[in-house]
Amino acid sequence: MPSETAAKKSDKRRGYRRPYALTEAVTHYCPGCGHGIIHRLLAEAMDELGIREKTIAVAPVGCSVLGYDYWRIDVSEAPHGRTPAVATGIKRVQPDKIVFSYQGDGDLAAIGTAEIVHAANRGENICVFFVNNTVYGMTGGQMAPTTLLAQKTQTTPGGRDQVVHGNPIRVCELLENLDGSTYLERVTIGSPANVRKAKRAALKAFRTQMDGKGFSLVEFLAPCPTYWRMSARDSIKHINEVLVEVFPPGVIKDNTGQE
Amino acid sequence: MSANQILMSGNEAIGEAAIRAGVDAYFGYPITPQNELTAYMSHRMLEEGRVFIQSESELAAVNMVLGAAVSGKRAMTSSSSPGISLKQEGISYLAAMELPAVIVNIVRGGPGLGNIAPAQSDYWQGTRGGGHGDYRTICFGPSTVQECVDLVYLAFDLSDKYRTPAVILADGRLGQMMEPVTFDHLEPPNPPEKPWALTGAKGREQQSIKSLFLDPDVLEELNVRLARTYEKIEQNEVRWETLQMDDAEVCIVAYGTSARVSKEAMKRARDEGIKVGLIRPISLWPYPYEPIRQAAETVRFFLVPEMSLGQMIEDVRLAVEGKRPVYHTGRVGGNVSNPKEILDAIRDCCEKV
Ligand SMILES: Cc1ncc(C[n+]2csc(CCOP(=O)(O)OP(=O)(O)O)c2C)c(N)n1
Repeated sequence: MPSETAAKKSDKRRGYRRPYALTEAVTHYCPGCGHGIIHRLLAEAMDELGIREKTIAVAPVGCSVLGYDYWRIDVSEAPHGRTPAVATGIKRVQPDKIVFSYQGDGDLAAIGTAEIVHAANRGENICVFFVNNTVYGMTGGQMAPTTLLAQKTQTTPGGRDQVVHGNPIRVCELLENLDGSTYLERVTIGSPANVRKAKRAALKAFRTQMDGKGFSLVEFLAPCPTYWRMSARDSIKHINEVLVEVFPPGVIKDNTGQE
Repeated sequence: MSANQILMSGNEAIGEAAIRAGVDAYFGYPITPQNELTAYMSHRMLEEGRVFIQSESELAAVNMVLGAAVSGKRAMTSSSSPGISLKQEGISYLAAMELPAVIVNIVRGGPGLGNIAPAQSDYWQGTRGGGHGDYRTICFGPSTVQECVDLVYLAFDLSDKYRTPAVILADGRLGQMMEPVTFDHLEPPNPPEKPWALTGAKGREQQSIKSLFLDPDVLEELNVRLARTYEKIEQNEVRWETLQMDDAEVCIVAYGTSARVSKEAMKRARDEGIKVGLIRPISLWPYPYEPIRQAAETVRFFLVPEMSLGQMIEDVRLAVEGKRPVYHTGRVGGNVSNPKEILDAIRDCCEKV
């Protein structure tokens, strides 16, 4: 890990300013991974809203389990998939704090399906940042509930077959029908413009909670070059050309009354 | 019944004791025979302006407890056997994250779905950790409704003191039966400061609470620290009751409902001239090995009535170390032995030894 001053020097050279809510730690993520970008977006959003000191995050079991090393905020771990239940417990006893869960697609849409559906249905006043990279990253690239049909993974070596493995789950659309969900948006980090849009969605999710308006979830379509077996550049192309066809970006639901 | 006593079921009394202990949040999921507890909390917690959620599952309930516990608040969940199995993952995490919490198990017949009648067949689960990994939970086995009250109150204090989850192992009969209880002697709750709690990094460094330690040496540090905590609990928190052991030739070891029935059997045996004494473990972990070890010096044999095929008997044998015979008796499947059955077992054993 570079010293704080060394990190700052290199930051300066690149004309880069690190959000205060992001620690100096060098992330363990693979080259081209989406988690780092999304961590940064959330850190920027927390800084801009001035909520860093009252935010508590729940890190999932997944590649981003080490979130507590990367955000300069209080973070709890949760058992795999129980992330929204832990976030619910925190928020209910500390309603004046800002609470978010950060979850991968295995954590949120497979083992934790019941927890996310019911947190949304209760209208828990929390934010969920959901990273859809269509695979299980941490365990070595197995099929996720979001894996595309025909996508090859460690456990779908011949490609995901609808008959054998079922279909990719569209989480936002699944939660849309629940009266308790307030704000659901799907974004991508497939281009600088889309990254800015993604940050606006994060800001809006936080504001929804600050206004006491209830449950919000932002789904990020994010690259996993390692387990997509693609270059970082091709992974971005894959998001922009293939993923968006199955998981159309946009506001799925907005009952916030915000702009 | 004195003026300050009220008639309550075990389930409701446990709920009220938790309220008196200052529980900030309760999370539960319906399962018989503990439903009266969840129902009681559903109105009492709201009356007190505290948090109540009927969760979507026991998995969610125990993890909501975890969320309240990382926030530094007192939290409780309750269930019965199948639901407690589901909570075990969360209890392992609570232990690893050094979080206080109280988990109530109103034990029913098992394995599997079993039935809704009282049993003691979750003793191993309650006293051996129950989930994965090297850990223990404080485990109390009350035998009266008043003791349910006192032990729930104590469980909150000890769980905070040692930063480890505590389990109340009662059974369906205790949960359902009504007895006079008082809460008057319970002090207002006085939980310790919790500087480790996650309350937002305001004016201090960020904090995290976790159980992932990829470096084996670092995880080993946690394991060793937990072991030290468990040693302290073993030194300070062993609780038991002894009855008529002074001249006893036969020692019954029984807890909870089995101990109640055993007391009556003991009385009848003494009427027949058989000198029976009783050791009733109150803390099931840490276990009262020492009084049983001492009894092994003087009695002819031990009899362990349990509403299971024989689980606590292993702890009795650990204490006795082969010095005396240790026999099991009891009914299973949700049945409870009556005093006559235990008396018959005493007579049978007397003939054997
Ligand atoms: C109960 C339990 N089951 C399985 C695992 C193993 N496991 C760790 S991470 C993970 C999947 C993570 O994938 P995802 O949620 O998509 O996040 P990513 O790693 O891709 O960011 C699994 C199955 C576990 N830790 N606990």
